[in-house]
Amino acid sequence: MSVEERRIVTRRLHERPEDSWTIDGALASGAYRVWREVLRTGDPAAVQEQVRLSGLRGRGGAGFPTAQKWSFLPEGRYPRYLVVNGDEGEPSTFKDRMLVERDPHQLVEGIAIASYAIGCNLAFVYLRGEFALGYERLTQAIADARSHGFLGRDVLGSGFDLDVVVHRGAGAYICGEETALIESLEGERGMPRIRPPFPAVEGLYAKPTVVNNVETLSTLPHIVEMGGEEYAKLGVNRSTGTRIFSVSGHVKRPGNYEVELGVTFRDLVFGLAGGIRDDRAVKFFIPGGASSQWLTGSDEHLDAPLDMDFVQQTYGVMLGSGAVMVFDDTTDPLLVAWRLAKFFAHESCGKCTPCREGTGWIEKVLYRMAHGMGRPEDLDLLFDVGDNISPGVVNAPFTQTTICPLGPSVVSSIASLHRYFRDEVQARVGVSA
Amino acid sequence: MKPVGMCRMCLVEVEGVRGFPPACTTPVTDGMVVRTRTDAVEKIQEGVLEFLLINHPLDCPVCDRGGECPLQDQTLAFGPGESRFVEEKRHYEKPIPLSNMILLDRERCIQCARCTRFAEEIAGDPLIDFVSRGDRTQVLNFAEQPFESYFSGNTVQICPVGALLARHYRFKARPWDLATAETSCTTCSVHCRGAVQSSSNRIVRLLGVDLDPVNHGWLCDKGRYGIDWVHADDRVREPHLRVGGELREVSWPEALDAAAGEIRKVLRMHGPGAIAVLGGARGTNEDAYAWARLAKGVIGTDHVDCQMGDGLPAEVVLGVRRAEIDDCDRAGAIVVLGPDPREEVPVLFLRLRRAAKDLGVPLFDCTPVGGSLAPYAAHVARRVPGEPVGADVVELAARTARERGGPLVVVAGRPSVAEAPDATVRSIAAFGALDGVDVRVLSALRRGNVHGALEMGLAPGFLPGRVTLDAGREWFTQRWGGVPAGRGLDADGILRAAAEGRVHVLVLLGADPLLDHPDALLARRALEGVPFVVAVDAFRSESAARADVFLPCTVWGEQNGTVTNLEGRVQRVARRVAPEGTAMDDWRIASELAYRLGADFDLATVDEVTDEIAAVAPAALGATAALVRRARDGVVLPLREHLGEIVVRTRGLSILAEEGAGTSWDPIRAGGAAPAGAPAASGEPAPRTRRRRPVPARTRRRPRTRSSTRTPRASAPPTRPRCTSGTVRQAGPPRPRVTRTLCAS
Repeated sequence: MSVEERRIVTRRLHERPEDSWTIDGALASGAYRVWREVLRTGDPAAVQEQVRLSGLRGRGGAGFPTAQKWSFLPEGRYPRYLVVNGDEGEPSTFKDRMLVERDPHQLVEGIAIASYAIGCNLAFVYLRGEFALGYERLTQAIADARSHGFLGRDVLGSGFDLDVVVHRGAGAYICGEETALIESLEGERGMPRIRPPFPAVEGLYAKPTVVNNVETLSTLPHIVEMGGEEYAKLGVNRSTGTRIFSVSGHVKRPGNYEVELGVTFRDLVFGLAGGIRDDRAVKFFIPGGASSQWLTGSDEHLDAPLDMDFVQQTYGVMLGSGAVMVFDDTTDPLLVAWRLAKFFAHESCGKCTPCREGTGWIEKVLYRMAHGMGRPEDLDLLFDVGDNISPGVVNAPFTQTTICPLGPSVVSSIASLHRYFRDEVQARVGVSA
Repeated sequence: MKPVGMCRMCLVEVEGVRGFPPACTTPVTDGMVVRTRTDAVEKIQEGVLEFLLINHPLDCPVCDRGGECPLQDQTLAFGPGESRFVEEKRHYEKPIPLSNMILLDRERCIQCARCTRFAEEIAGDPLIDFVSRGDRTQVLNFAEQPFESYFSGNTVQICPVGALLARHYRFKARPWDLATAETSCTTCSVHCRGAVQSSSNRIVRLLGVDLDPVNHGWLCDKGRYGIDWVHADDRVREPHLRVGGELREVSWPEALDAAAGEIRKVLRMHGPGAIAVLGGARGTNEDAYAWARLAKGVIGTDHVDCQMGDGLPAEVVLGVRRAEIDDCDRAGAIVVLGPDPREEVPVLFLRLRRAAKDLGVPLFDCTPVGGSLAPYAAHVARRVPGEPVGADVVELAARTARERGGPLVVVAGRPSVAEAPDATVRSIAAFGALDGVDVRVLSALRRGNVHGALEMGLAPGFLPGRVTLDAGREWFTQRWGGVPAGRGLDADGILRAAAEGRVHVLVLLGADPLLDHPDALLARRALEGVPFVVAVDAFRSESAARADVFLPCTVWGEQNGTVTNLEGRVQRVARRVAPEGTAMDDWRIASELAYRLGADFDLATVDEVTDEIAAVAPAALGATAALVRRARDGVVLPLREHLGEIVVRTRGLSILAEEGAGTSWDPIRAGGAAPAGAPAASGEPAPRTRRRRPVPARTRRRPRTRSSTRTPRASAPPTRPRCTSGTVRQAGPPRPRVTRTLCAS
């Protein structure tokens, strides 16, 4: 296993583990150099063009092209806001936390460049409430950046004004969904909004708003520095550049690994993460956060490349938030499905009936099944209930009866059970194979 | 309320759109093809209902909503026959109080957010909201802060299940046992449309009915829950007569004979001026008309007042150009002089709030003390109690209205009884004197049917149909056999005269001056100074307890008839239950007394009274019982199609009424001074009628500069008014003109 990390976004925090988050440490390793250059050049459109050329796609989960998202902002309508999604709530995802805690200046620089590119003078960071250290370091970084003239009025004499407000979430998974995040930021109960209008047209305080993930923005300085075309040479197909993968579960060395897209799951799990504990076999793994469908320990799956489009089209799974959760052959998939369902049932915001009631129902049924109280008809029941939340879930493209993807997320594990572990589950509930 | 897209029951397929957009939040576009009954959509509907029911307790047999439940209906129409849910349902304590009046059964709640949206968007009382997440999502009030909204009862009505419950109605009846009659609430003068429901001859519930021009389906809690008194134990159910110092139950003939006998005696010994009538704002228009006819046409006294010194002069209320509530929605500006509408006329507050907040009409809060509208006001101009609105505010409001276009609506009532009405009248006058602004006044007098009573002539100096004593003398003498010789006393004057021993018979028509008159001491001296008191009431109030004859009358819910709201809108009220005891309608009591005094009203049914009003009261011309029954929204007087037959005049200044605009507007000058150039009041022009011609839709009032040059056409020949209504035929002298005089000096 010869694959190496390709550290771009995580370079500084690895190079200066002792002071990467301080202004001095950051400046010493080149922070704000790009920002200075962007302001000196004075061409927001050029920044947008570099981002377009880079092929950068959102690192939060949906993988939407960043430049395209920016382009939806209606022309001439101001003020417009940049909202940084730092809520990182997807179970087993912990990359943004690292970026905020250990390289906040890179994020601030990214925010500044994005704000300049889209014409925003006030950016908001919606930070997961549990990130106490991250909050401390990020607010300190913003204060230091301001005192060094990188933020505030008339930044570096360019005439451009920029302020950054940090808002701490209050512990709701749903607030990672961009419209619920906006609601929460406005002081309302975090519940997704009906689209349209899309945030780009009517977002925070009914103003045009771009919501970008922490990792996405942290990548920006490097794209501008390298040039979009150069960045796009990294990666594979439409999955350009590098991504940080949070590998967890039954691996020897769980952690965040930044790799060039296109390497395989095997590279990640057996290379960087050191393989499975006690050298057991992989039974299955969740490739893109708890919302994603599963893949198994088969060679086909393990050798699949980390290419967003490929895995989506071939296996119906997503790279999502970049969280790879690995389970060895001692794992009970029913128990995993139940635990995930319990999470979604707990986090369902309560807005849409199918999700509000369905996630709880599924959780209860899975609990019974995982604890020896399953009935033969339960798997089909689960499947049909799942179909009422997410019609056509097995035969993609599936649709949803809910506003946001939280409800369908609970169906992912059911679909995976159905697809890969049907016999095992049937045997557990008294149906012979 | 804005659509929320929560329940997901209305997901549909739209051609060219991926997935299933909710119909409630998807705007229709040109050429859109929507499918509502495909297999996929039907599966979703069935799925959503199954979801809604898995945690629903299905305790329909003991649920107030059972039998009128939208969730039952939807399940029957679109739901699965059986549930596949075998787990334990979610459980909560049932029910918990949200306030003194509202209970919440969280097990039944389906999280539709109707109540929370109503509380925030319509009532402006965001006191309830969702708490917790997932299938534990529940509606709750905030800690230590009960759901004390004046409009909380509406949430019970719009709750699609039996989650929100009225303490007042809970377990009282089953929907299929209820008998319903559509009526109007007469708790205040807004007259929200409602449906009164009874079970076993007891009124148990009042529901709001959507009357677009008035209440939009809402009721206030005062109106909705203030219905128990109809069957209260202390209702007086039989007539009483004071014998040997004590009120004793007697038969109706005995009581009526006693009252009529005393009135006859006093008439003979002291003349009609020794008899006075207070009250009448509680009953129907028919009650008010019959009592006006009895007092003014039979007895001959003009000492009649339906207000209790706590309103505005009748000249102002009847004389100004009236606004309809809907005018607020399209107004250029709204000026609120007082009182606080949420306190006195609550549903008007909802309409004003909507106009200001949702429709963007600039609202000027000119009440002396801050009130509920201040948060929505574009301008807050507190005035000193007793002082009129400042000239700068008047000018700003006028400028705003001119710039935005649309009428300037002035909401005017009595801010407080500690304040004389002069300030309000002078403020109205200031607005009325404006040039180039269409000023309309929305009366905010609160007492139930006070506007109907005023229109029916229960005020000194007035006869039914907005005519003054003098203007209507000839016409009503012909119809009634006589009218009082001169203007009588208002409530203040009556009480003062009574205290001085000059009133020998005082009739209290549901009036309680001891409680209601601002000067309680004067009221006490008055009641002590009157030798004979006739109380027509449903309860033995402190004042009515002083009665020598007590005649128990019917009340709302027991009466048929019509009422007039603060816009001048006439609607029907309906009898739903049989009267308590032998209580009699007020109009019938008046008719019985009149008969004993030698006048036969010849009125057998309430519809005959309505029709008589429609025939003799000029402003009510054509508003027959049949028409009011037919009119879904009621009718606003005067009727548009009869305008040509009603010459509206002001003292010394004739202005033709505009289309559908009620009486014409003419500035009221403080102190009753006539507009410059107008002839003196004594120079009454001869009656005249106007040839009918179609009124162009966009007719506007002529500029005031011209109106001052318009002089009454005294030479116009008296003509019999033409009447197009098939049900109304008049004979006799020409119909008198609807009059608006200037403010009483």
